[in-house]
Amino acid sequence: MSEATSSATLPETKGAPPEVKSTRLRTAILYPILAVFTALVIGAILILVTDKAVVNAWLNFFDDPMGTLRLTAQTVGKAYGAMFEGSLNIGGIIRGIGAALRGEGTRQLAIALVPISESLTQAVPYIFAGLAVAFAFQGGLFNIGGEGQMLVGALCSVYIGFKLTGLPWFVHLPLAMMAGMAGGAIWAGIVGALKAYTGAHEVINSIMMNWIAIILSSWLLKVGGPMARPDVPVTPPVLPTAWIPRLFDTPGNRFHAGFFLALFAVWLVWWLLYKSTLGFQIRMVGANAKAARYSGVNVKRLWIIIMAISGSLAGTAGMVQTLAVDRWVGVGFSAGMGFDAIALALLGRNHPVGVLLAALLFGTLKNGATRMQSVAQIPVDIITIVIALVIVFIAAPEIIRALYRLPKTSAEEGPVFTKGWGS
Amino acid sequence: MAVTTAPATTSLGAYAARRERRKTIAYGIFFLLVALAIALLFVRNSAPGMESTFKLNPTTKEKVITLNDLILPTQAALIVLAGIISVIGLYQLVKGFKRVVIVLGVVALLFVFAFLIWAVRGKSINLLGILTFTVAAATPIAFGAMSGVMCERSGVVNIAIEGMMLTGAMVAVVFASISGSLWLGLVGAVISAGLLGVFLAILAIHFRVDQIIAGTAINIFALGITSFISQRFLQPTPALNSGGVFAKIAIPGLSQIPIIGPVFFNQSIIIYILFATVIAIHFMLFYTRWGLRTRAVGEHPRAADTLGVNVFKIRYLNVIIGGMIAGVGGAYFTIGSVGRFDEAITAGKGFIGLAAMIFGRWTPLGAYGASLIFGFSDALQARLQVLGKTQVPIPSEWLLILPYLVTMIVLAGVVGKTVAPAADGKPYTKD
Repeated sequence: MSEATSSATLPETKGAPPEVKSTRLRTAILYPILAVFTALVIGAILILVTDKAVVNAWLNFFDDPMGTLRLTAQTVGKAYGAMFEGSLNIGGIIRGIGAALRGEGTRQLAIALVPISESLTQAVPYIFAGLAVAFAFQGGLFNIGGEGQMLVGALCSVYIGFKLTGLPWFVHLPLAMMAGMAGGAIWAGIVGALKAYTGAHEVINSIMMNWIAIILSSWLLKVGGPMARPDVPVTPPVLPTAWIPRLFDTPGNRFHAGFFLALFAVWLVWWLLYKSTLGFQIRMVGANAKAARYSGVNVKRLWIIIMAISGSLAGTAGMVQTLAVDRWVGVGFSAGMGFDAIALALLGRNHPVGVLLAALLFGTLKNGATRMQSVAQIPVDIITIVIALVIVFIAAPEIIRALYRLPKTSAEEGPVFTKGWGS
Repeated sequence: MAVTTAPATTSLGAYAARRERRKTIAYGIFFLLVALAIALLFVRNSAPGMESTFKLNPTTKEKVITLNDLILPTQAALIVLAGIISVIGLYQLVKGFKRVVIVLGVVALLFVFAFLIWAVRGKSINLLGILTFTVAAATPIAFGAMSGVMCERSGVVNIAIEGMMLTGAMVAVVFASISGSLWLGLVGAVISAGLLGVFLAILAIHFRVDQIIAGTAINIFALGITSFISQRFLQPTPALNSGGVFAKIAIPGLSQIPIIGPVFFNQSIIIYILFATVIAIHFMLFYTRWGLRTRAVGEHPRAADTLGVNVFKIRYLNVIIGGMIAGVGGAYFTIGSVGRFDEAITAGKGFIGLAAMIFGRWTPLGAYGASLIFGFSDALQARLQVLGKTQVPIPSEWLLILPYLVTMIVLAGVVGKTVAPAADGKPYTKD
């Protein structure tokens, strides 16, 4: 059985010859980095061509060539500089450490740490959502329904969170968490079951379930709706007994224990996929469902399990965001995160650790973009565009190869996926 | 050999017949349950003296043949409808209809009618208004569905319809605002969405990227770029975001027909473009050489290639045209109805279009029919909200879920069978 694990489509490199190993490493590390870099460059170009001053300068380039170039560099520098300052604030942290070492107290450092903590906080739902998509991909299923599953997860956990009163936290919090996970699992499990028993394609049904969730939520959360407050279209606040605790008391620092839960989930998914029998079967179904069936795997049962686990991960993304950060749910909760998760899975090559790194990057970008908007008046949507481009470059590595004149090697495989509605 | 296989075939035949019989009975019971539901939910909740009034004349003062309002005694009408459905159910139980899917459609229609009669008990509603709104609401859905038909018949899955429409919606209003011409706005929408079609085609056909991933990337890209431009340009300069709206055009003669006239033939020019598109795609897909080739490429590209059909060319062409059609649908959101662009204005209509395409079994006429049904649930939702909570004590949002639910039920094969083009979603490689 262990012979089969090192087949070409599975990212296990033990038995592979050294050259294959090195090209695999290149696909796994170099391509994602180049993809993100290229996407950011295109983002910069977009910022420049939509900036009146820069365009004017370029139209009169020969009047002042140096000035034009300087202005161009300044515009990009201001935007991306604000982004990295707003998301990492490395300079501030160094100054804070200096202040602390000089014995001026740690307050300056604590404030300087807020941006990077916020980046980690924003990465948490991305980690779970990315794991959800990557996990399903490994099992050969395309879970495009992360959006709906996150929403259902958030709604279930918030309901338990504000409805049950008088419980001690060690009962209330686990209940609320499990409600969120179960909600996502059921929402996706329906799709898995429909695929298993009727052959209906999971992508269409996931899309349909997304919209059902969105419409249901807009009914539940409208002013005076079944789950909303009487005056505003959001749910009542989650009771403190169901809060996932935040770990710092600096104002504005929302870093919470859910981050460690996310790291645990990364490990758990890795263990499940690569160290457990179930994971082996899942990857077998993902590599070749027919072959898996002939070797005695109950593919239909597995499809339901894969979707349910994937959905519970997506539901957790919504649950953690609700119980730790927002502590209530409003309309438009997930805001495209379920789709961004596809980019995460692709960027991370469907490997849990890869997804973790990709999610940290996205959390940083998303957090920095807010700062970029306030400093440089660049709409945060630039990040959405960057994410879309990242998907394109990862999914079509030929573009990156052509751009950077990289040689083509036989061992390179894109994400395995090419399936129609019917299969 | 013959001795052993003969009993096997008969038992197989008997098995099939039993299954057929079970299905027949299940439908019969379902019809009876529908009748029962009307009796329990609607008849019980209405008083004997009530009347339901359906107005059949347009609210605007136009010269059409005026019809008398349709006034029905609520309870009696409901009882009659329940009776008709029970007779259908009993016949189905005893003998069984040949084409039960059609009967199912009729029963569904009767149920909707019963629901309407009950919902307007003691009040009046303008049926013509609902139907006109239905056609309008169905328009973007139908353009999306036509875009899907074009692409998927040639074997390319297009879930980027939403993004194409969103882009078309914005470009339409910007072009129209700058040029002052709605037609240039429409052209801009077609070109921009067509370019996204080119992009999808290159990714899906040339680079053989998974088509769902490519479509998702385009959707995210379109959402990002339209929101970006909207915030950077449209919000600071509202003059860029006021392109006006195509006026309604009454087609002489046809618009005079009672009911059908005002509903179908007194609409925006974009809706007439839709009618032309639906008919053109139907005709071209099933009666021209191009259509035959498209279907061949969508079902079995290898065979088509062997016979000399250029698979790549057909697919490129269809996906780009599909993008352009989605662009017209996008333009409807802005210069066809409200005249201005808002972020994410398409609100999932592209995905309902996808659902309509599936419900319509990948045919243009079927997909338009499905779009009308989905548009009707939209129109009904808007009207029920107006009637108020005490009149119709079910959340009107539930009606909005129906298109998605119906699509899932259809896909599950409960009602008839839907089959996608065999090569749908599979990239083609020439060996």
